[in-house]
Amino acid sequence: MADNPNPNLAEDAAPTSAKKKGFKRRAFLIGGVAVVGAGLFGIKLSDSRAATKATALTTGKGEHNFATWLKIAEDDQITIYSPHTDIGQGSNTGLAQMLAEELDAAWDKVSLVSAPAESGFANTGLGRGFLGEMSGQPGIVNGIPQSFMSFIARSMNLQITGGSSALRYTGQVTFQKVGAATRLALIEVAAGRLGVPAAELTTAGSKVLHAKSGKSLRYGELAAAAAALSLDSDPQLKSPKDYKLMRTSVPRLDLPAKVDGSAQYGMDFTVPDMRVATIKAAPVRGGKLTSVDLAPAMAVKGVEKVIKLDNAVAVIAKGYWPALGGLRALSPQFSDGGNAGISTASIFKAYDDLFAKGEPAEEAGVGDVQAGLGAKPIEAKYQVPFLHHAMMEPFALTAHFKDGKLTLWGGMQDPLATKMLAAEVAELDADNVTFHPMLIGGSFGRRLPMYMEIVEQVTRLAMQLPYPVKLIWSREEEVAQGAYRPQSAAILKAAIGTDGKIAAFSNDYGQPESAESETTFIYDLPVVARRHYEYASNQQAGAWRSVNSTQQGFYNESFMDELAHAAKADPVEFRRRHLKPGSRHLAVLDEVAKRSGWGTPLPEDVGRGVAIVESFKTIVAHVIEASVKEDGSPKVLKVTTVVDAGSIVNPDAAAAQIEGGTIMGLSSAIGEAITLEQGAVQQSNLTDYPILKLADAPAVHDIHFLNSGAFMGGIGEPGVPPAAPALANALFAATGKRIRQLPLLTQAKA
Amino acid sequence: MSISLNVNGKAVSVEAEPDTPLLWVLREDIGLTGTKFGCGVAACGACSVHVDGQITRSCSIAVGDVAGKSVTTIEGLKSADGTLHRVQQAWIDAQVPQCGYCQSGQIMAAVALIQRTGSPSDAQIDEAMTNICRCGTYPRIRKAIHAATGKATAPQDGAA
Repeated sequence: MADNPNPNLAEDAAPTSAKKKGFKRRAFLIGGVAVVGAGLFGIKLSDSRAATKATALTTGKGEHNFATWLKIAEDDQITIYSPHTDIGQGSNTGLAQMLAEELDAAWDKVSLVSAPAESGFANTGLGRGFLGEMSGQPGIVNGIPQSFMSFIARSMNLQITGGSSALRYTGQVTFQKVGAATRLALIEVAAGRLGVPAAELTTAGSKVLHAKSGKSLRYGELAAAAAALSLDSDPQLKSPKDYKLMRTSVPRLDLPAKVDGSAQYGMDFTVPDMRVATIKAAPVRGGKLTSVDLAPAMAVKGVEKVIKLDNAVAVIAKGYWPALGGLRALSPQFSDGGNAGISTASIFKAYDDLFAKGEPAEEAGVGDVQAGLGAKPIEAKYQVPFLHHAMMEPFALTAHFKDGKLTLWGGMQDPLATKMLAAEVAELDADNVTFHPMLIGGSFGRRLPMYMEIVEQVTRLAMQLPYPVKLIWSREEEVAQGAYRPQSAAILKAAIGTDGKIAAFSNDYGQPESAESETTFIYDLPVVARRHYEYASNQQAGAWRSVNSTQQGFYNESFMDELAHAAKADPVEFRRRHLKPGSRHLAVLDEVAKRSGWGTPLPEDVGRGVAIVESFKTIVAHVIEASVKEDGSPKVLKVTTVVDAGSIVNPDAAAAQIEGGTIMGLSSAIGEAITLEQGAVQQSNLTDYPILKLADAPAVHDIHFLNSGAFMGGIGEPGVPPAAPALANALFAATGKRIRQLPLLTQAKA
Repeated sequence: MSISLNVNGKAVSVEAEPDTPLLWVLREDIGLTGTKFGCGVAACGACSVHVDGQITRSCSIAVGDVAGKSVTTIEGLKSADGTLHRVQQAWIDAQVPQCGYCQSGQIMAAVALIQRTGSPSDAQIDEAMTNICRCGTYPRIRKAIHAATGKATAPQDGAA
């Protein structure tokens, strides 16, 4: 992408694109770095037009805009525009807390809405944060002007939600500063009106106060004049000891509409004359539609049209039920794209062959691992399956093409990229495409821009239809056409010295992409090798909540347990030997041991397991107590969790993310697997892709945040990775049987 | 054909093929979108409603089989003055929803359970609450059901 000065996500996201298979989840971000290098001095900074358009879209009479993200009305109502899609993680409430805190806004008059999918609302803070993180040089962006970062975000159509990034980048890099700078502008205007020095003024509850005279001015009456001032680009932020909103558990803003049925998700959108479509794509990914007799569908009452796409067939009807009936009446023939030989077994064999050949695509680590491992290292092989996101709301997207303009409604993790992709597919100027973001019923990485084939599908349908069309994926389609966490395997080896410490450690793993940039190896060892062996099947390399950290966390933390056992050491004590004294990791491990009662007696059939993983700059340790039920399935009795995310904006919302992440990790570890046969997915619905239910969720979950003060880490994803290894280690403690393949359920029953 | 039923206390007549699942009649013909489509095979429970007081997965019951019966959806739980049902209020107090998509069905299942048992035990909650929540809000669902029935909050979860 480096040779393209204006990288367009749409190009890479097209389902039929040849680049698709190799398109990396963050290639567009890396591509952004390339743009910085290639074009830093060559591109005119002309973002004023985008900002002006964005402001005009959101700001009406009696309202005043600050830095596009914030609007203060003369009646004191405060509106914040978020570039993130709250996919359930509560990030929008957290973002509002951060901005309102620095602004000293009255919380009961603060609301937050989704920013329009316009380039003026591209996410500069995220671009700034991620460019630093992904390049491995957090300082890299410090010297880049903010205005240029805005331009980069716009160039990349960046309005994404992912990487556990909302609060730590958008919040810390942008929203807190916007709040603080706006507060200073309001004070400046108030000082002039009251004829007093600014230093004598304070703020609280959306008012500027002058204690000496007892006078005060409302933000609403200062906003017009303040909006005309230029904002301080680097204002002083509050000291945490002065926080009133941040670090408190204010109730989430979005929940009232989610308990009375009024919340409108993409699935719920409707307009007059709208038709409903449903679709079936080639069961073997990579295949094309070769033939289909349309008559059986047209014979179904309510069906109006059948449309053939390159690799799919869609039925358009008056409602979903006749559309589904029409689709089921068809017998479409698809090619297999040459992928019929691909199966779960063939993928594992491909990894084994690569391991045997010993030619990794990428290597990282320190020291001479061959010498360090010696002739007889301890060795274990692990295997994990494809995992499906199984968001509760199947894909649903509405599109309408009329008078040369295309309008779309639905829920995607990157509204701006959605719009740009639709524009490219429709061959329209982006100014003639509007996307209205709606609530999202779960995502977990599924609705990222790289995997938005539904945008292309619904756009192609809408361009051929005289009325609006809502395309709904059946659950069967949703399960069969996923963007799965890759199936992966690893061989881990280590040698333990006479001092009982690891002398050398290697992790050879097979999967489509390197895990190096997205996982953190936490142990301080003299010799380490991490080697990626590259093989891609016909499936997309998906980003599943916490991405590579799930499988890498399972490999490393299971093997650490095996090594502790080999060294005849306690698993917590053994890990402690290999963590730096005074480190955050050691503090988290010690705290989880203490709080879980590590080492205290348990009933004979109950085992206790520990795992600690850092992902998205947050360290999470779980201690799980578990036993095996009569049917051979695991029973999780208790989870103790310690988290160091640096700091926490909303403790209760953060705890909810850790609870949910832990359960998703346990669910995948216990029963979830997507398998392939003859290139096609074998699972068909939630009936054969079993998701953990309430009765099997942990009965007790104690969660504790350490708040070390380090730079804020993510919270939506890091609860997931340590869950599977902590459970497997607990079951080993209970039964003596080591689990090296997931899901556990097939093992337990074997 | 024309099919008559009672939805949230009101008589409704719809033109629909009798084999159409109740879910799609509620959502597309009557315009009540609070009841959600999740799987279409009664596996997830997102479409749960009450039919003559019984918890029912509306994706898998034909509207023809509901003719003449009373259906309650999530939109019908509030009282006439707009006050939330105590289970809805408990859901907010416990900050249960994350993405929220499954929660209409979860709340309908919880209301039916409470109507049937009064004050359900943990074992009764385990048995009855089989709806899927991918966000993993289960500990808070349990907590909210207990709170709605006046039980002290069990030490299920929460940040220390």
